[in-house]
Amino acid sequence: MDIIQIVAFGIVTSILYIILKDLNTSFAFFLILITGIIIFLAIIKQIGVIFSLLESLGAKANIDGMYMETILKIIGIAYIAELGANITKDAGLGSVAAKIELAGKVFILLLAIPIITAVIEAILNFLPAS
Amino acid sequence: MLNDATVLFQIAGIGIIVAIIHTIMKQMGKEDIAHLATVVGFILVLIIVINGLADLFQQIKSVFLFQG
Repeated sequence: MDIIQIVAFGIVTSILYIILKDLNTSFAFFLILITGIIIFLAIIKQIGVIFSLLESLGAKANIDGMYMETILKIIGIAYIAELGANITKDAGLGSVAAKIELAGKVFILLLAIPIITAVIEAILNFLPAS
Repeated sequence: MLNDATVLFQIAGIGIIVAIIHTIMKQMGKEDIAHLATVVGFILVLIIVINGLADLFQQIKSVFLFQG
């Protein structure tokens, strides 16, 4: 029952945060940061299992390895950008969080360029050459 | 990592103790020592957090980006 552990973890963090907030703000921020890190670490092993399943499915369906890799990388970038944006937002830096999200979007688009070109070339092949 | 919530209590404990030291030193009129205590506590917690962060980034790299 990992989920109960994680929820209990969050509750304990909230209590400690409320105690520590008035005493020392920077330590309270570190508390939030380490909680995010620990919960993410708990999740990431399961994500690895899911990804290995996806990869084996893709190999069975004869999907080009490049596409699978790109998709997994995109998901990874999304997770990392989300984590960073949330932590900066918690620290009260909403504008920096927005910039991090923008950077994540740009990098995702950058990674998707080969796929988009492949799609467009496929469409162009369907069109009659006039 | 999830099984040891000790990190959480460590950070909270360091924070509370540093706050107490800060208050006491301020009352005694030694402002510089109070700030020094805060900085030292900050660095201690920073080391813990940075270790965790490095661990997390390594895991993310190995799972998502297919690097060592």
